[in-house]
Amino acid sequence: MTLQEILTPRLGQALRPNIWDAVALILVIGAMVLIVYGGEETTLPLSTLDVTPVSLDPANLPHYALRTTMRMLLAIVCSIIFTFVYAALAAKSRRAEMVLIPLLDILQSVPILGFLTFTVVFFLNLFPGNVFGAELACVFAIFTSQAWNMTFSMYQSIRNVPKDLEEASQSFHLSGWQRFWRLDVPFAMPGLIWNTMMSMSGGWFFVVASEAITVGSTTVTLPGIGSYVALAIEKQNLRAIGYAVLTMLLVIIVYDQLLFRPLVAWADKFRFEQIASGDAPESWMLDLFRRTRALRSLTYPFAALTKAVSNLQVALPAFPRVPAGKGPPSRIADAIWLALIAVSTGYAGWRAYSYLSATLGPGDVFSALGYGFVTLARVIVLVALATLIWVPVGVWVGLRPKFAERIQPLAQFLAAFPANLAFPVFVVIIVRYDLNPNIWLSPLMILGTQWYILFNVIAGASAFPSDLREAAGSFHLKGWRWWIKVILPGIFPYYITGAITASGGSWNASIVAEVASWGNIHLTATGLGAYIARATEAGDFPRVVLGIAVMCMLVTLFNRLLWRPLYAFGERRLRLG
Amino acid sequence: MLDQPRGSSLVDMRSVCRSFSKGSGEDLLVLEKVDLTIHSGEIVGLLGRSGSGKSTLLRIIAGLIAPSSGDARCRGETIMGPPNGVAMVFQSFALFPWLTVLQNVELGLEALGIDATERRKRALAAIDLIGLDGFESAYPKELSGGMRQRVGFARALVVHPDLLLMDEPFSALDVLTAETLRTDLVDLWIEGRLPIRSVLMVTHNIEEAVLMCDRILVFSSNPGRVAAEIKVELPHPRHRLDPAFRQLVDSIYARMAQRAEPKTPAVEGIHGTGVGMILQHVSSNVLSGLIETLAAPPYDGRADLPVLAGHLQLEADEIFHFGESLQLLRFAQLNEGDLVLTEAGQRFAHLETDDRKKLFAEHLINYVPVMGLIRRVLDERPSHTAPEARFRNELEDYMSEDQADETLKTIVSWGRYAELFAYDEQSELFSLENPH
Repeated sequence: MTLQEILTPRLGQALRPNIWDAVALILVIGAMVLIVYGGEETTLPLSTLDVTPVSLDPANLPHYALRTTMRMLLAIVCSIIFTFVYAALAAKSRRAEMVLIPLLDILQSVPILGFLTFTVVFFLNLFPGNVFGAELACVFAIFTSQAWNMTFSMYQSIRNVPKDLEEASQSFHLSGWQRFWRLDVPFAMPGLIWNTMMSMSGGWFFVVASEAITVGSTTVTLPGIGSYVALAIEKQNLRAIGYAVLTMLLVIIVYDQLLFRPLVAWADKFRFEQIASGDAPESWMLDLFRRTRALRSLTYPFAALTKAVSNLQVALPAFPRVPAGKGPPSRIADAIWLALIAVSTGYAGWRAYSYLSATLGPGDVFSALGYGFVTLARVIVLVALATLIWVPVGVWVGLRPKFAERIQPLAQFLAAFPANLAFPVFVVIIVRYDLNPNIWLSPLMILGTQWYILFNVIAGASAFPSDLREAAGSFHLKGWRWWIKVILPGIFPYYITGAITASGGSWNASIVAEVASWGNIHLTATGLGAYIARATEAGDFPRVVLGIAVMCMLVTLFNRLLWRPLYAFGERRLRLG
Repeated sequence: MLDQPRGSSLVDMRSVCRSFSKGSGEDLLVLEKVDLTIHSGEIVGLLGRSGSGKSTLLRIIAGLIAPSSGDARCRGETIMGPPNGVAMVFQSFALFPWLTVLQNVELGLEALGIDATERRKRALAAIDLIGLDGFESAYPKELSGGMRQRVGFARALVVHPDLLLMDEPFSALDVLTAETLRTDLVDLWIEGRLPIRSVLMVTHNIEEAVLMCDRILVFSSNPGRVAAEIKVELPHPRHRLDPAFRQLVDSIYARMAQRAEPKTPAVEGIHGTGVGMILQHVSSNVLSGLIETLAAPPYDGRADLPVLAGHLQLEADEIFHFGESLQLLRFAQLNEGDLVLTEAGQRFAHLETDDRKKLFAEHLINYVPVMGLIRRVLDERPSHTAPEARFRNELEDYMSEDQADETLKTIVSWGRYAELFAYDEQSELFSLENPH
């Protein structure tokens, strides 16, 4: 763009549409129509769900896919808003940080599917007799699976804003509000988008799981792909499940191409680097919009608006500078704050205890713990198995760039695919061959999350410096020695990142994987997931709470005692370059 | 500088002190009773070694940090937060990578709430002035270092500040680029085309200070103090090879080397000596190389610092730092702007690797108290091991955490070279075992 264009966006010519405008316009209007169409149905009374029940006719699938996708979109919007507020608060206020960050850490390890029980009841009561309540419950379930890692990423970015940029914005008198929009948000953007994509992948799993849910006597079935599959299972219709899987594949591809590719390509400019690196991400969609003329000029008002918003003189509560040497920030206020936290924690703990102890005895706690260890054993064995399979495969692929280029998107795609759609296939096999559910239901837990190990290992092996490979070759390092001394340390940090995600996901999946059914056949494996699922179905809230608490505890301990130290070790000693 | 009434000056600092809290709860003084006045129409340089507090002083004037005590005023008003009419140029450029050149330049004006047309006009004028025409829509990462710093200048100038603060603005640039930018800036200043009244720049480059400034304040380290004030009355344009220029540079070198000579025992005679001596890491390879260079012709054991710095392409700051390390180890002596090899240094130059290590070890034990301490502790303990924390705690009684880090790094590196002890990074343990 030349200076002339910056000065006067030659309006006459800019407004004359070109061919790209037509294409882009159709896409935009299409999207709007779909949103309105899908949205209209969410405010109907609840009884309509019974009048027009979910049907297995594949002609309905596009409509169901639309509904499912819209829940997803709504949840992601909520997550982003939550992220902005929560992360900004935690990063800017020391006192808020003391509470918010540990809280986030725990929320991350809460099994989301266990949540459903409470939220469905809560939201149904909020909008009695209206579909909207059930929709909100579903959206909330997805939200709780998406928000936490996005918030963490943003919080960490804001905390790590380069000092010189911070000083520059201070010295040029940017207000707190301006600083947030001009410095903090852009700096956090690449990490936030990456985490949004990860959240999106995880979200499909939960949207599918939470569309058809039974809590005690209440059964809510929202039209969507998840409820379609639930019905197919009930009717033992394998063909319908095939249709659903196919639809989901298409939806994810469309979503990725139309939304995330453009977003990633656009956000490339926010990457904090001083030197332009090799290849920038590309998106045909973004290119299309960049080639349009009229549509682009239509976006000028929006650009102006965003600029105006970021320049608003909003009086944020100022976080005053602490003059040096004038003593640390008020100790008394700190003490009051800490006392407040302690009191409310104590109160919450006491309430929880009295609620649980009314119906549950120590025996229940021990049995829940016992189930917890069974599931723990399962997670460990599965992660180990997935490691044995996917690390060699990932290394093999990663060291062959041509091949990796093609396999990598596939692995990421598989990670995004909601594995619970494929569960029935496995159940059919287990039933047909009369296999032991305690063993053969287990692989379902890691079905969806094993791909994180694969694609992280591929990434690690691709990034392995070729000079080190050549050095290893010239010293004739081969066989197990090559694995132990060369490649495994090289990919270790990447592997750990993948394994943490895989193991966390497996815990969550246990709630749907340890209990499976096919028509009137019900398979149950012994474990904490099955324990929570059974309690949910029976509407037994104290046991649900207990199960969730035990799982939360085990996940947190597992992370703190195993994954965090390994991760720290990898970052400290084995990070290359 | 005191004969003008207060108030006519742009910046007025009276006994400004600044301390940072150390791990142990005591405070570490980095600036001690600094007086400084900046008048209209002058370029003032703050010259000093790294760690002399000159950047801290600049940030106090910029309103980015507050003084611990003393009076800091800008145009008669006490500085609370960034004052109006002061703009800053950063060593690292501090450009926003997601904004184009034009947007970066406009940023400061946006914050002031200036309307779009006026903003664009002034930004383009600043871009034009600083020689960035044609780069308006480029992103910083597409530009070379020199061009990026030009953006930094344009961004500062566009707000028409009374005072331009520059924090080592040329030190991240290569020699040629830096020189072009310096002369461009001085030319604009002399022609009166810069929309500013005064400049305050921080630098550790002696020639740069003499080339650009009307007045140079030389800082001493630990804690930072104004050690000398030098007026530069050479007419512009100044030439580096002009004998008067060389003479001034040489005299500043000598003055700074002189200041560096005794490892200033500052606070109650403890700080900086004994176990609490702050060490700055210099690789043993560099020390050996420097000793060899000094011993060989043309120096034959004695070198003029500016000459040596030029020959080895080192900044003044670096050559002082290396020279001091040699002086600390009694391999050389800093003397009137010269670096003179001692008898031990001469011997070192002609020894083989193993004997060099022995000599180095001997000097470490004798002249670096903390080394002796570590060796003693390791010898006395039955296990012959000691955790790093044991010594870190002791060091932090005397210095900040960062300084303790740097000191420990030096201890480990020198100790390993001299084979005085082994150190395991994983367990953070000193020991006498050497893998054989």
